[in-house]
Amino acid sequence: MASTPQDRYGRVQRIVEKEHAVVEGVDLPGPWNRMFEQRVIWDNDTDGLDRIRAIPGAESLGSCYQCGKCTGVCPIDIVGSYSPRKIYKDIQIGIDLMESPDLWLCTTCANCLRVCPKEVNMVDIMPAVREQAIAIGSHVPPELAKAFENTFRHGNPMGEPARKRADWAASAGVPVRILPKQPGPVDVLWWVECYPSYTPRGQAAAKALARLLTALGVDFAILGAEEKCTCDSQRLAGERGLFEMLAEQNMKTLRQYQFQRVLVTDPHALNAFRVHYPKLGGTYDTIHYTKFLAPRVAELGLRKRIDAKITFHDPCYLGRHNGEYNAPRTLIEAIPGATFVEMGRCRENSYCCGGGGGGMWLDSFTGDHVQERLSERRVREAVETGAEILAICCPYEVSRFEDAVKTTGNSGKLAVMDIAELLDSARQDA
Amino acid sequence: MRIAVLLKQVPDIVEELEIAADGRDLVRDDLRYRLNEFDDYALEEALQLKSAAGTEVVALALDGDDVDQILYTAMAKGVDRAIKVSGGGEPRSARAGALMLAEALRPLAPDLVLTGVQAPDDLEGQLAPLVGAALGLPHANVVNGVTLDAGARTVKITQEFSGGLVAHLEGQLPVVLGIQASCEPPRYAPVTRVRQAMSSGKLESVSVAAPARAPALALRRLAKPEATGHAEMVGGSVEDLADRLVAVLRERGFGAKS
Repeated sequence: MASTPQDRYGRVQRIVEKEHAVVEGVDLPGPWNRMFEQRVIWDNDTDGLDRIRAIPGAESLGSCYQCGKCTGVCPIDIVGSYSPRKIYKDIQIGIDLMESPDLWLCTTCANCLRVCPKEVNMVDIMPAVREQAIAIGSHVPPELAKAFENTFRHGNPMGEPARKRADWAASAGVPVRILPKQPGPVDVLWWVECYPSYTPRGQAAAKALARLLTALGVDFAILGAEEKCTCDSQRLAGERGLFEMLAEQNMKTLRQYQFQRVLVTDPHALNAFRVHYPKLGGTYDTIHYTKFLAPRVAELGLRKRIDAKITFHDPCYLGRHNGEYNAPRTLIEAIPGATFVEMGRCRENSYCCGGGGGGMWLDSFTGDHVQERLSERRVREAVETGAEILAICCPYEVSRFEDAVKTTGNSGKLAVMDIAELLDSARQDA
Repeated sequence: MRIAVLLKQVPDIVEELEIAADGRDLVRDDLRYRLNEFDDYALEEALQLKSAAGTEVVALALDGDDVDQILYTAMAKGVDRAIKVSGGGEPRSARAGALMLAEALRPLAPDLVLTGVQAPDDLEGQLAPLVGAALGLPHANVVNGVTLDAGARTVKITQEFSGGLVAHLEGQLPVVLGIQASCEPPRYAPVTRVRQAMSSGKLESVSVAAPARAPALALRRLAKPEATGHAEMVGGSVEDLADRLVAVLRERGFGAKS
């Protein structure tokens, strides 16, 4: 006879028992086929999870089976308490993701997706849920809203004047052709992007790259004031409408010029051009500058020694998102005198600088929810290798890591340098 | 119940401002405009009142550069109607503008009119009083708190005075208020909604007669602010720094005479 045991809340769980059950030809009589009746989920209300799963793009969150592999690799969890597994559980116990700070912490670095056996894809989930949250008027962190408004009004998240976008080029030391002013066909259209165009250290890297391209005899040009943010990070931060608007404007601009391929300084621009602009009808042969330079490194004439230990931070949107790990390493290893050292977290398992997916414009907000900034964590990892130089090739990183060098008390111990700057220094005569 | 919000575009100072050759205006060719910050507060306050009391909100702006964008953004944020008011020539004085807005407001018969306390282009701070006077309605400026009682048709406001004084006022609707600050920061307008507003074709236009005679201040000359002070960066050893600081303070007349 079936008994009626109770669960830990005193609720009855019925037991099902058939007189005979034949399974694959084997007769399992009576107690041998006894099993619990399918359990009704009492513990958790599934409405919250259903609401999130119903958002186009966020469906895969429902596939989480709580294995926790993501928690081990999530860069936010390493400095706080986060990860897709925890987000799933929080939603299950009734926390509304649309109103929770958790909504804004993910940097879409994609390390969770790399290890997830169920392909729960936060790179799709987070932008989709953020977009819904913004649409229903949930609180958008003001610093992020400001970056959105600046991009909308001025074509760059910092709110710098569009007319000054190419001002850096005048002091590059080599002629930089600005296509709208000097029209005509060009081989390589260089998409400089916002941070290299406006920030001092970004401009230094842009000038270095201009000199490298000139040294290689590359036929290149930039768009100057006509270039606008490719807007991939704003899309990931939840502003799809803004992304589409800027993408339409950029694609319209690109249609006016003749070029063979697009060279990008910024891995986020690479991601936009390779993965997302084609969905809107804009297909371009796009290459990151490290990939472009790596096969030509012998032609750069690197003669000046840089006697230093150099480590390298893989940008999420160059490595995990677009599969390029070797080109930056080829370039660093070609520098005379340099010793290349890897950090523990590198390549596919690289850490995140904290700037992706909108993190670039959420520093104050994120700072309230983590024990230390991701950039600080990463700088400490770089210092632990004994490296004197942290090489980077994503324009988001230089300001983040330079600040982190100061805040972690490592001023003077670690220099943060763009690979273009390193190559340019190694090329100049001693 | 209907709330009207008066919006105005002002030059965006992201682009460097240049003074025209005659010294009486800005070079406006490359100028871009944005919503006056105080008008953004007025708009937010109206939308907060809308969600609290279910009122209708109508945004109005005088026609001019980039004004469509400002009204579309207001629609994206949740105003029920947006009206572009044209007529008269440019440039127009604050008083002429107030008379035109009052003309456009009259057929709407709003229960409450909100606008920003002032705008950075002229700093006159006169729009709320002028519109109130033109419509024969009570008005208050430098308001930083509005509570509506729709049933009793009354409004309670807090008004900021200099010296840290705050006045609490209560009155019968309709009134005209110049808003200094909203109870919440201005909300974000999702770009998708702004674009939906643009393609909706719901932006209304009215034309009003130019005011026959509107006294205006005569602008004589514009000038960029001149730097009268400067910062001095001091370097060197702690002793050098201390000596230099003491010398600077003495020069300014601080400390005992040596």
